[in-house]
Amino acid sequence: MVARCVTLDQLPTDHPATLGRIDWAALDARESRRLRELGFDEGAHVVILHKAGLVVHDPIAVKIGRMTVAIRRQHASAMQIAP
Amino acid sequence: MTTLPLVALVGNPNAGKSALFNALTGSRQKTGNYPGVTVERHAGRLALDDGRPVELVDLPGTYSLDPSSPDEEVTRDVVTGHQTGERVISAIIVVVDAANLDNHLRFALELIALGLPTVVALNMVDLAQRDGLTLDPEILSRALGVPVVPTVAVRKRGIDLLKTALTSLVATTQPHSVDTVPVGDASERRARAREIADAVIISERPASLWTRRIDDVVLNPVAGPFILAALLFVMFQAVFAWAQAPVAIIEVGIAALQDFATQTIPDGWLRSLINDGVIAGVGAVVVFLPQILILFAFILILEMTGYMVRAAFLMDRMMARVGLSGRAFIPLLSSFACAIPGIMATRTIEDPKDRLTTILIAPLMTCSARLPVYAVIIAAFIPPVRVGPGIGLQGLVLFCLYLAGIAGAMIVALVLRRSVTKGRGLGFMMEMPRYQLPGLHDLFLGLWQRAAIFLKRAGTIIAVTTIILWALLSFPQAAPNSGKSQIDVSIAGHIANGLEPVLAPIGFNRDIAFALIPAMAAREVAVSALATTYAIQSNGDDSARDQTLVERLRVGWSLPTALAFLAWFVFAPQCISTIAVVKRETNGWKWPIFMVIYLFVLAYVAAGVTYWLSIYFGL
Repeated sequence: MVARCVTLDQLPTDHPATLGRIDWAALDARESRRLRELGFDEGAHVVILHKAGLVVHDPIAVKIGRMTVAIRRQHASAMQIAP
Repeated sequence: MTTLPLVALVGNPNAGKSALFNALTGSRQKTGNYPGVTVERHAGRLALDDGRPVELVDLPGTYSLDPSSPDEEVTRDVVTGHQTGERVISAIIVVVDAANLDNHLRFALELIALGLPTVVALNMVDLAQRDGLTLDPEILSRALGVPVVPTVAVRKRGIDLLKTALTSLVATTQPHSVDTVPVGDASERRARAREIADAVIISERPASLWTRRIDDVVLNPVAGPFILAALLFVMFQAVFAWAQAPVAIIEVGIAALQDFATQTIPDGWLRSLINDGVIAGVGAVVVFLPQILILFAFILILEMTGYMVRAAFLMDRMMARVGLSGRAFIPLLSSFACAIPGIMATRTIEDPKDRLTTILIAPLMTCSARLPVYAVIIAAFIPPVRVGPGIGLQGLVLFCLYLAGIAGAMIVALVLRRSVTKGRGLGFMMEMPRYQLPGLHDLFLGLWQRAAIFLKRAGTIIAVTTIILWALLSFPQAAPNSGKSQIDVSIAGHIANGLEPVLAPIGFNRDIAFALIPAMAAREVAVSALATTYAIQSNGDDSARDQTLVERLRVGWSLPTALAFLAWFVFAPQCISTIAVVKRETNGWKWPIFMVIYLFVLAYVAAGVTYWLSIYFGL
């Protein structure tokens, strides 16, 4: 089980989830636009497929829809997981 | 300027646009530039079913008509008919990835809303099938209101049907520009795209796990970096090992050409110009073609299979430490072949400061033009002894020179990111495409285009500089029996004499001063310049002429001088073509001048430190 109010960066690998609220204010305008274009939005289905590195686990590879996208944890931390 | 009807090829990145472009146009392609912007224009011709020719232009991949980079701006302006220097388009081919419909249809919907004659290429249907999707193109066509043709661009499937669809589109209307881009609601389009995708996918069995399985290994935190390192090792090994045979053949050819010139041209300045200037100079450079092609073949395969993005993923953390992102890894890797394509590849980096930093450090990656310089000096001064099992001292020195370049680049990036290119970056966001086998035709076309660029460069810049150098060395002619050597009386001799006091503190002699001037045109010319210098010095002295360049260097240079020369070339002020590309890519002289100065300073300091340290240690 995933605890309440976790953000995408804390989601374990291979754990399907739905994106909840996204804190667009924490990202700058270019970042938000690019993330939206890649499909990151409320209600999108996501699974984390891979995490790089042994210690910090950054960046992460996220399956979103039928696409796999690499993003950094800093951006993932602005996206909540819907309960 | 041609007046053929213009058709634009548009789509998301990774939709397989370039492969489709190759399949449609074959090798009838032309690469140019849009006026005023640093975006390449790829165009080609194709004949419609009724025989009419049209021009097809491959536009930069983008996610929407709301641009965030110069590339994407061109895409918007061309499809709306507002790009300076471009005709108004007659039709659009929208390329979508069949296995990624919900995402790619968003942009397709935006394009169709423009109201231009449009056909959709439902590309990579084979990969969608492999992923367990069964699609109905009929439903898609009805939902979008435009014709849809399933294609597999890399296997040339569906190309004829696409041409047929295009034939009826181009026939119908007079081209017109679009004045208002229908903005529409992005989230509405997103919802509509998802809805259409769900309707088109008539069955979906659990996706085959190909890409996932490979990624589990190559992105593994432990195994991944090892695999990447091993791949790079194999790549650099191959560059040396596989090139030996073709290089030998080219060398034989050059020697034969020189013999032929000797036999047909009467002794005199013309023979000297052809033999010592043109053939020796250009030949010394054309010899690298095999190595460059091998390196590019590896890079192209890594890109086409989709592995390159994985490499970027693995390298992101490390690049972040010096203030860059994993995206910068791709251009930097290309720079090992040549900084020019490397710098052009930085266009995919959206963040302007990330991009500028990457451009400025790209020349520090040891490009293949430096190889000949390293190879000659190492052969002359580093003994071929073994320092460990399977490790030769010569190879080790070469490896260290590569490492010195990388370390230098990282340090420079760190400093730049904290000073001139300070600011928060865009981070790292990259779509990871599925793995696929590259089409052989696309691979060879890519290689051919690069070989052509290289040969053009050898044929123009390098030939001209070697000829100028030959002239500077040969005139004015020393009077016979005057006791003065040709070098001393020549124009080049006077220039080098002027440079000598500046270069003496770092251990460089006058011959090196000679070589450094033309090396600005292209680094590899340093070798041919030394060869030309010694060839002219030895004029009339047959025993000296028979000595190879390596032997001449061994006699003429001290070891500290040779090491300082190597250190100089790690940071060597780059070639004129690189400076020109940096000027074009940064839209001005500010950054190329900055780059030349910082590289000169680094090269001078590195050479000086190396020289005095080796003297201190008694080498």
